[in-house]
Amino acid sequence: MRGRTARRLVGSAMTGVTYGAAALAILPLAAILGMLILKGAGSVDWNFFTKSAVPVGEPGGGFAHAIVGTLIIVGLACAVGVPIGVATGIFLAEFGGGRFGFTIRFVADVLNGVPSIVIGIFAWTWLVKPMGHFSALAGGCALAVILVPILARTTEEMVRLVPNSLREAALALGYPRWRTSLQVVARTAGAGIVTGCLVAVARVAGETAPLLFTALGNEFFSTRLLGPMAALPLQVYVYAVGPYDEWHRQAWAGALVLIVLVLALSLVARAVVRAKRQHA
Amino acid sequence: MTPPPTQPVPAPADAPQATVPRLATDALTAWYGTSSGVRDVTLAFRENTVTALIGPSGCGKSTLLRSLNRMHELVPGTRVTGRVLLDGYDIYEPGINPIQVRRRIGMVFQRPTPFPTMSIAENVAAGLAVGPRLSRADRAGIVEQALKRAALWDEVKDRLRESPLNLSGGQQQRLCVARTVAPEPEVILLDEPTASLDPSGAAHIEELVQELKREFTVVIVTHNLQQAGRVSDLTAFFYLGELVEVGPTTRIFTAPLKPQTEAYITGRFG
Ligand SMILES: Nc1ncnc2c1ncn2[C@@H]1O[C@H](COP(=O)(O)OP(=O)(O)OP(=O)(O)O)[C@@H](O)[C@H]1O
Ligand SMILES: [Mg+2]
Repeated sequence: MRGRTARRLVGSAMTGVTYGAAALAILPLAAILGMLILKGAGSVDWNFFTKSAVPVGEPGGGFAHAIVGTLIIVGLACAVGVPIGVATGIFLAEFGGGRFGFTIRFVADVLNGVPSIVIGIFAWTWLVKPMGHFSALAGGCALAVILVPILARTTEEMVRLVPNSLREAALALGYPRWRTSLQVVARTAGAGIVTGCLVAVARVAGETAPLLFTALGNEFFSTRLLGPMAALPLQVYVYAVGPYDEWHRQAWAGALVLIVLVLALSLVARAVVRAKRQHA
Repeated sequence: MTPPPTQPVPAPADAPQATVPRLATDALTAWYGTSSGVRDVTLAFRENTVTALIGPSGCGKSTLLRSLNRMHELVPGTRVTGRVLLDGYDIYEPGINPIQVRRRIGMVFQRPTPFPTMSIAENVAAGLAVGPRLSRADRAGIVEQALKRAALWDEVKDRLRESPLNLSGGQQQRLCVARTVAPEPEVILLDEPTASLDPSGAAHIEELVQELKREFTVVIVTHNLQQAGRVSDLTAFFYLGELVEVGPTTRIFTAPLKPQTEAYITGRFG
């Protein structure tokens, strides 16, 4: 009898502990979001999205240049990184059994662990220095270098989930191996791959360090790929460390917009997975 | 032991024929590394004939079937010795493209394998995509024809653009049959095609096999002896990786020559 009571006690205690741990894990997210909304929501207005930075002392001004810059730089990163990352992932899952596949997988894992500032320095050495100036293009490439290994590994996971019976069915129809991989296997893993892309993009959209060495930032609205360009995280950084209250307010607002953007991407990714599940 | 008195058998496939069989194996051994899944099989599959492969689990039926359209070699470490003759030509001859072989020898698996991202019509047309270019109308015609041959047309004609995953298991399997017949192969291999289906789904497939026989050479693996009796003209019994005996289905079931065959069909093992 006592044994059972003790067991129940331990049981509820453990349940309590897990609830506590879960709450503790959610707490920072809630705190961050709450803080951002409290401090930033007030400054998110029409001007914030339509105007660029104005000289200190002038009222108004916004983050339009940084928002557009982030979209361009992340877009560049996707244009370069998504095809390479997805193709690498499909290769690893479908043909990556040998030594070469093992090496690629190892390199991807190492690259995944490299601090992003190192990747920034790397991009500076190989792109910014030879070209002679900071540029959005270099920023996009730096982000792509972060994007590719994440995407390669998630794509590999997704493609591996496709049952082998589908591969065999396609091969039995006389599909060549590459066509089987692309038209049947990768297509079947499609929703998972899209989700992987969205999550990876959400991850790089907030990167600041690699952009410090590459896109540099810009006080003015610019869409020139070969010139310095503003980006949300850079602008937030500059304004946050600046001495003016107005800047601080706008930095909070920029951070809020950034996190909402990332959250939105994650939500879209979840929706894609759910739609896929209902379909299946 | 003395063979039982031979009775005249109506099955035409048993009579010695002058023509080259559509598909034949000659001392075929299929290896997994250093062990063999099936050994030294010499067997002919004739046109418009259903041949059933029976035998206890693990006796090498699937291995043999997969060697017939060069699917066996997709498993790493495997190889095949001996010959498989399609219309008299060895499909294992160097220089023969296995992809071309598989387009001529279609296969249906134990579990239905519709492609989940394609619609019903796209599934049926999947095998056509790797063949010569077709006009849209031609392709639609072939899809309709194939679905009719698979006895599925009436059930799906209004939902060709829907996902195949909404179909029942039996319908999915018939869809897979339609997908296999659409590119007009010469031989159709079925590996326990009704094992995952309910009795009515299985009955549908059995009827279908009878229809397929008119146009194709059919080889079917089955664990269900009644099924082998119902659908096949010839039956080949395998045991421990070897072909024990082959003959007209009625003879195999009524007067087997070998004691192992008799033991198996009377249910003493396997
Ligand atoms: N991938 C593999 N690697 C090694 N050995 C294998 C492999 N697949 C099958 N075998 C072996 O080959 C032999 C024949 O197997 P096979 O699958 O052809 O039997 P089967 O008659 O189809 O059996 P079942 O009726 O259970 O489907 C078995 O002894 C099995 O262990
Ligand atoms: Mg089998």
